[in-house]
Amino acid sequence: MEPLMAVTIGILFATAIYMMLRRSIVKLVIGLMLLSNAANLLIFVTAGLTRGAPPLVPPGMSAPEGAVADPLPQALVLTAIVIAFGVLSFAVVLVRRAWEIVRADDLDKMKDTDT
Amino acid sequence: MPQIALPILIPLFAGAVSLVFWRSRGMQRFVAVAGTGSLLMTAFWLLATVNREGILVMHMGDWQAPFGISLVADLLGAIMVVLTGIIGFAVALYSLATTSRGHEAFGYFPLMHLLLAGVAGAFLTGDIFNLYVWFEVMLVASFALLILGSEKAQMEGAIKYVTLNLVSSVIFLVAVGLLYGMVGTLNMADIAQRIATLEDTGMVDVLAMMFMVAFGIKAAAFPLFFWLPASYHTPPVAVSALFAGLLTKVGVYALYRVFTLIFNQSPGYTHEILLWGAGLTMLSGVLGAAAQYEFRRILSFHIVSQIGYMILGLALFTPLAIIGGIFYIMHHIIVKTNLFLVSGIVRRLRGTYQLKQLGGLYRSHPWLAVLFLIPALSLAGVPPLSGFFAKFIVIRAGVEAEAWGVTFIALLVGLLTLYSMIKIWAEVFWKAAPEEGDVDPYPAVGQREMWLMTTPVVGLALCTLFIGLNAEPIYALAEASATELLDPSRYIEAVLGEGEEVMP
Repeated sequence: MEPLMAVTIGILFATAIYMMLRRSIVKLVIGLMLLSNAANLLIFVTAGLTRGAPPLVPPGMSAPEGAVADPLPQALVLTAIVIAFGVLSFAVVLVRRAWEIVRADDLDKMKDTDT
Repeated sequence: MPQIALPILIPLFAGAVSLVFWRSRGMQRFVAVAGTGSLLMTAFWLLATVNREGILVMHMGDWQAPFGISLVADLLGAIMVVLTGIIGFAVALYSLATTSRGHEAFGYFPLMHLLLAGVAGAFLTGDIFNLYVWFEVMLVASFALLILGSEKAQMEGAIKYVTLNLVSSVIFLVAVGLLYGMVGTLNMADIAQRIATLEDTGMVDVLAMMFMVAFGIKAAAFPLFFWLPASYHTPPVAVSALFAGLLTKVGVYALYRVFTLIFNQSPGYTHEILLWGAGLTMLSGVLGAAAQYEFRRILSFHIVSQIGYMILGLALFTPLAIIGGIFYIMHHIIVKTNLFLVSGIVRRLRGTYQLKQLGGLYRSHPWLAVLFLIPALSLAGVPPLSGFFAKFIVIRAGVEAEAWGVTFIALLVGLLTLYSMIKIWAEVFWKAAPEEGDVDPYPAVGQREMWLMTTPVVGLALCTLFIGLNAEPIYALAEASATELLDPSRYIEAVLGEGEEVMP
């Protein structure tokens, strides 16, 4: 399962970077979304994928028995997804406002700040 | 030990209160000053306690390290929090006079508090994922502050700023994930302990490089600094000043933390790259500034070049160099914010940042010229101001380490910094105003407004003079914190050592 995930993540990163290298700001935002999703998936896989072994502590014991899934990466991914969602919604609104003001979907036309 | 959490809680609380008083301008302004003022006082309290008792640790929710999130205040963190308090207070006072009603109506003050909370959190956390979260808190607040007003230049600057900072966050996140996969912990002290026992040092170096790139983008180090001069001159001047003082320095702080505590095994590899990065950062920043004729853009490029000195201190990795780096951070945060504040006053008086259209300010406002000259000469490193000692220690460390190349660059950059500052001095203050008919077309500045703008500038100038004329105790403070940084076992013991004790 891990090799498949690794390849998927690699493809996601490659696609994200390709999109970000385009001149259109819309594609830039799509690239950013893919990039953060790739990072989230990567964290999810880092501690290894363990199937069918939830980290539940049996009654009367203080630690789960045997090999169980690591719950921490999932908590991290949840946090990262929430943060990425907030930040990307901002980026989408920003791109829309930028288009309204600059009237261009082309990063090469955004040279006002390079005086 | 409430001191550790207070510098985070106070800005969060102040931000919440000013959100409650969304429509009451007076209340928001009062909370801004009261909140940042109490942040400054608790920061001094924290520094005094850390100085007296050593590293303070607080486990959130009483989950013992390494399982819970720990807040750790060592000397470097406490110093940075004090600087955050100083800058926050100065900028809050300054924005009372300079922020327009439109900006205030769209939540300028709540965002400022949120930004300060993020910055203080990043300085105090002992958990690497928590560091990521504070970085994001800070970033989201800075995004919103950056586009406040929605001018065309702001939008264009913001797209570059947002994109590169998001990329940096993703790299940071990936690095944290991979690090967790390798050592199975997120507590920085625990990571440091476990990474030292790993055999696969090649992978550790790869991770070190990922952290270096991630924090390098935040700190605006050499090949990754382009977002900074593209965006810092676009927002309202109080926002620029706040960003200039604090944001990049959070990146520098993270570099210091990570490369002294966690990735200290192969300095021959990682710190060598940092060294050349530092040299090129200094050089490219100062050359960029030399070509500019816009007040705030010159200052923005100088942030980049000064970041180089701080990273140089870390890269040389000798005790003296680390002392120099910390001294440099202390001096730089105050001076750079002050220069931006002065540029705001100039803009208020003459209505432009373009050096070509300015002039004659020495004749009309001699006191402002003096207030500019103090931080400007300090930035260039003229004795007896703070910048002289900062540069002197770093360069002395470079000579002792026999790193001739970067030491030469550091000296050259000092000279070019002086050139840039003299350029601003000559264009803005010394030369005659360009056109007689166009001298003062802007509404006269009221007495009260002028006082509000000048007080923080005078205060920060006094800080610069204080650091410069009273360098001995500041040096001792930097020395103590460098000793702590170079002996990570003290940090690790402070966080993990008290396993059995139950915190109140």
